[in-house]
Amino acid sequence: MAVNSLRRAIVIALPAAALAQSEGVLELHVVARRFRFDPETLRVRAGVPVLLRLTSPEVPMGFNLPDFGVRTDIVPGKEAQLRFTPQRTGQFTFLCDVFCGNGHENMSGTLEVHG
Amino acid sequence: MTELDRRQFLQLAAFGGAVFSSALPGVARAAADDFYFVQLSDTHWGFEGPENPDAHGTLPKAIAAVNALAEQPDFVIFTGDLTHTTEDGRERRRRLAEFQQQARALKVREVRYIPGEHDAALDQGKAFSEFFGPTHYVFDHRGVHFIVLDNVSDPAAKLGDAQLAWLQADLQGQPRDARIVVFAHRPLFDLYPQWDWATRDGAQALELLQAQTNVVVFYGHIHQENHHMTGAIAHHSAKSLIFPLPAPGSQPKRTPVAWDPSQPYRGLGFREVEAEPDTPRYVLSELPVTRG
Repeated sequence: MAVNSLRRAIVIALPAAALAQSEGVLELHVVARRFRFDPETLRVRAGVPVLLRLTSPEVPMGFNLPDFGVRTDIVPGKEAQLRFTPQRTGQFTFLCDVFCGNGHENMSGTLEVHG
Repeated sequence: MTELDRRQFLQLAAFGGAVFSSALPGVARAAADDFYFVQLSDTHWGFEGPENPDAHGTLPKAIAAVNALAEQPDFVIFTGDLTHTTEDGRERRRRLAEFQQQARALKVREVRYIPGEHDAALDQGKAFSEFFGPTHYVFDHRGVHFIVLDNVSDPAAKLGDAQLAWLQADLQGQPRDARIVVFAHRPLFDLYPQWDWATRDGAQALELLQAQTNVVVFYGHIHQENHHMTGAIAHHSAKSLIFPLPAPGSQPKRTPVAWDPSQPYRGLGFREVEAEPDTPRYVLSELPVTRG
C-alpha cells in the first residue's frame, strides 16, 4: 500500500451525531439553514483531527467555534471547510456569527469532545 | 444654590419629598459644566411574544418616565435595535417610522440614534439611514467628544477598514486627554463570543482608543447591565426595553429571561449618565421603566 494511502485521512461520511471511531481525520458535514445547524450536535474525540465541510443553501452564514479559535463564512453555492484538532474534552458552543434574520440568535449548536 | 450640583439637588428632591423644581425656579439648573444624558436601548419595536406581553406599551412607558425626570437631560441616545428584525423592507420601514413617531414624544431638545443588527444588518443600514441619517458619526457637547460607531450594518459584526480609518483620523484630531465617550451597539471587546456578544474587529478599535487616556464606552445588545474594563477603558452595557437576557454563559442558550407577571418589567429600564464638571468621571444611575 502506498505511503500516501497510509497517510490518507480516514474520511468517513458519518451520520449526524456520529462519534469518531478511529485515528485519522474525522470528516463531518454540516448544513447551515435558517435558523439551525444540521446537525446541531457534533461529537468528536480529543486529539483526532476534524474536517468540517459546511454548506448553506439559503443565505450567507457563519460558523464560529470560539473556544477553539476557528470560524469561517459559509457562502451559498460554495463549500467552506474548517480543520482543527480539539485537545480539550467537554461541551463547546458553536454559532452563526453572520446576522441572518429573525431567529439568528437561536442558531447555535454543541461540539462534544470526548476523551 | 449655585453650589448645589444637579446630583445633590436630585437627591434632595428624591429624599426630601417636598422639593420640586417647579417650586424653586432656577435651582434645578446645575452648575455650568454639569450635564447628563439618558441612554435607552434595545426597544425592538415590532417584537411580539410572551417575553413581553406589553411589547407595544413598554417604550411609551419608558418615554413617559424620561419625560417625568426632575430635570430634562441634555440629550437622549438610543443605542440600537430600535426595531425588531423583519426580512420585509417595507415592514422594516413601517417599524422604523412608528418607532420614530414614538420617540418624538420625548421632551428633550436632542435625540440621537444608532442602529442595532436587527435594524440594519439585513440591508446594511439603508432603511435606518433614511430615517436617522449616518450610522456612524461624531458630535461634541460641553467639552466631551462623542463617537458613535456602527458595528452592526455589516452582518458579520465588523466595523470594517473604512470605519476604523475614519476613527483613527478622528482620534488624531483630539488631544490625548480629551474626554471621549463612545457609543456602539455591540460590545467592542469579546464579552461572550459564544453568544455572538463581540465585534469581529473590535480589538482594532480598542487599540486605537487605548492611545487616549480618557475613554468610556456605552453599548446595548446584551439586554442587561454589564461593566467591564479593557485597560483604562470602561465599558457599560444598558438594560433593554423589551426583555432581559441571561448573564453571559449562565445557561446553555441565550433564551430571554421569562416575563414574571408578579414583577412586570423586571430587568428592563434605562440609564442616566451624568458627566461631572472638571473631572473625567461619569455617574451612572439605572432607572426602571415604571416606578410601580
